[in-house]
Amino acid sequence: MSVGELKVPFVERAHRALNDRFLQEALNTATTRFMTLRHEAFQAFPQGEALRERAREIKEATLQKLDFYLEQLADNVERLGGHVHWAATGDEARGIILRLAQERGVKLVVKSKSMATEEIELNEALEHAGITPVETDLGEYIIQLAREKPSHIIAPAIHKTKGQVAELFSRELKRPLAADPEVLTKVARGELREKFLQADMGITGANFAVADTGTVVLITNEGNGRLVTTLPRIHVALMGMEKVIPSMTDLMVFLSILPRSATGQKISSYVTLVRGPRRPGEMDGPEEFHLIVMDNGRSSQLAGTLREALYCLRCGACLNVCPVYRQIGGHAYGYTYSGPIGILLTAMLHGNHAVRDLAHASSLCGACQEACPVKIDIPRMLIELREHLDRERIAPLAERLIFKSFARVLTTPALYRVLGRLGRLLQRPFVKDGRLGALPVFLRGWTDHRDLPPVAERSFRERWRELER
Amino acid sequence: MANPVRASLLVTCLVDLFYPEVGVAMVRLLRRLGVSVDFPSNQTCCGLPLFNSGYHQEAARVARRTVRLFAHSEHVVVPSGSCAWMVKKEYPGLLKDDPALGAQAEGLGSRTYELSQFIVKVLGAPDIATDFRGRVTYHDSCHLLRGLGESQSPRQLLRRLPGVELVELPGADQCCGFGGSFSVRLPDVSAAILKKKLENAEATGADCLVACDAGCLMQMSGGLSRKGSRVRAVHLAQVLAGSDSR
Repeated sequence: MSVGELKVPFVERAHRALNDRFLQEALNTATTRFMTLRHEAFQAFPQGEALRERAREIKEATLQKLDFYLEQLADNVERLGGHVHWAATGDEARGIILRLAQERGVKLVVKSKSMATEEIELNEALEHAGITPVETDLGEYIIQLAREKPSHIIAPAIHKTKGQVAELFSRELKRPLAADPEVLTKVARGELREKFLQADMGITGANFAVADTGTVVLITNEGNGRLVTTLPRIHVALMGMEKVIPSMTDLMVFLSILPRSATGQKISSYVTLVRGPRRPGEMDGPEEFHLIVMDNGRSSQLAGTLREALYCLRCGACLNVCPVYRQIGGHAYGYTYSGPIGILLTAMLHGNHAVRDLAHASSLCGACQEACPVKIDIPRMLIELREHLDRERIAPLAERLIFKSFARVLTTPALYRVLGRLGRLLQRPFVKDGRLGALPVFLRGWTDHRDLPPVAERSFRERWRELER
Repeated sequence: MANPVRASLLVTCLVDLFYPEVGVAMVRLLRRLGVSVDFPSNQTCCGLPLFNSGYHQEAARVARRTVRLFAHSEHVVVPSGSCAWMVKKEYPGLLKDDPALGAQAEGLGSRTYELSQFIVKVLGAPDIATDFRGRVTYHDSCHLLRGLGESQSPRQLLRRLPGVELVELPGADQCCGFGGSFSVRLPDVSAAILKKKLENAEATGADCLVACDAGCLMQMSGGLSRKGSRVRAVHLAQVLAGSDSR
């Protein structure tokens, strides 16, 4: 999503998404499938509930001593011959990666899927510096060809139908290709194989980083992560600072719930454990290994409203179950992270002004918290964000005045009764067949799609007088 | 009865203004079940719309007066999962700065019940005679289901009615798209969510779509009436009270 598109208000972006026939077809199929798979995976896994609780405890305990675990991680990575870099901001993280690449004469970079690199718009920066980044995850490969951004945390091309992907491949690769996922995957694999062999640098994210062993953990399904971390002479891993976990025992807890939450798998096809660069006598692996630990707004929430959002494992389960995400998809949100957790992460990365409208893109139904493997209380944090929008006067003045007057009405019963009667009078021209079918101003949106019941001729409190015996 | 159960109605603003028949049904039903019912007449709204939109100081002012209004109620019964959730789960936090009032709010929370929970948990799920007939399906309101963890009481009550056949609604636990001011802020997203809910309801072949929350009812009945569906959205109280509710 370009900056230009963000000038379009969220309401309008959502509206466009609702009217995009392809998007609707693709989204509905994929999110429903993810939801079902997740549900079945946990039904067949009675220990799941206890492990989710345990995972939540581990996340909280790690955040309590985050500095300690990060130092331990860094010590261990360095002991294994790797280099550790600390990036306070996204700018710094980008700068470190660019410098590493330029100093080492890197021309071609292969990447495995990483939201952290999306967060800092690394591909744009690499291209600007004359370095070619190639995405090797199939979904990322698709959106790179289409010059788009991911619209889902784990399924970046979820917004595209297979027909659209076939069209895209045919156009970009200049040969006609059928809308058959198997064919298209083979084509992509063929295209990518050469890149793996030519690349000077492999860039990955990190699903976890284990402090007491210095292990970076990648959870993938296509095998591309293995090639990215072993074939090029340099491997750079970029991690958000909250991704550190204390031990391999803790890792086992997360491995049991993350794939189930994300794709319904018992375990992903590949779990890649990277410990430093190639050691003497080893057959493969990079000559250099760099771990970049990125803050970028995270540490400021350690004691903030959004603390629990730092538990997030980036599984995407909350997106799949969110009634709003399921209708509008990820691009309408306008930022790197979409869906319920994405609203919180957007506030964390870009500040509260960025979520003035997004904070309300939730019916607060709670499905996200229910699906979250670590039970992040997303609805509560959304409500708290909304409170900040009022307190920091970010919410529109008209809205703030309406709600404050509404509060006056609710605390003054006489006023409440008068307004009830007034509503009864004012609605008269609009009542047809006992319902309100077309209302003006801010209720127009409601009645564009559905009827509203009229204010009753006699309220309950009026009828109570005769019910009283 | 020597010592009838006493309950105060927190009738909610939506029922008061838009669905008074739901309140009437609740009164007649509870009285038939031997409950002595009263209605503190200075009540307005629980303040949930303020709270959910982030106006917490304002919501606290509403909470404060509601807590005082129901201070002496033995039980408080609410025909809405979301309002019951507000009183039970959010009032204590909103009023915690005033320890005495905070404690009163905790007390009120423990005496407050959503209607179906009141009938099952306090009254012990007595047999209910209703002349309501037909095939119904049940929509789980989000706050009742996930906020109060209740999915069984309404279904249990419906299943035991002799003339009523309960068929499960596919995706019953998915939001109807109401979400209070959400439905006004993002009306077309809200309506798109509703569309699937209504398609599922119609596919069950039920005559009535039953819910325990006037917010969901407003959303679902608004959509059903607009599309000219033969399915009606009704409150659980109306099913349980039957023709007593008009």
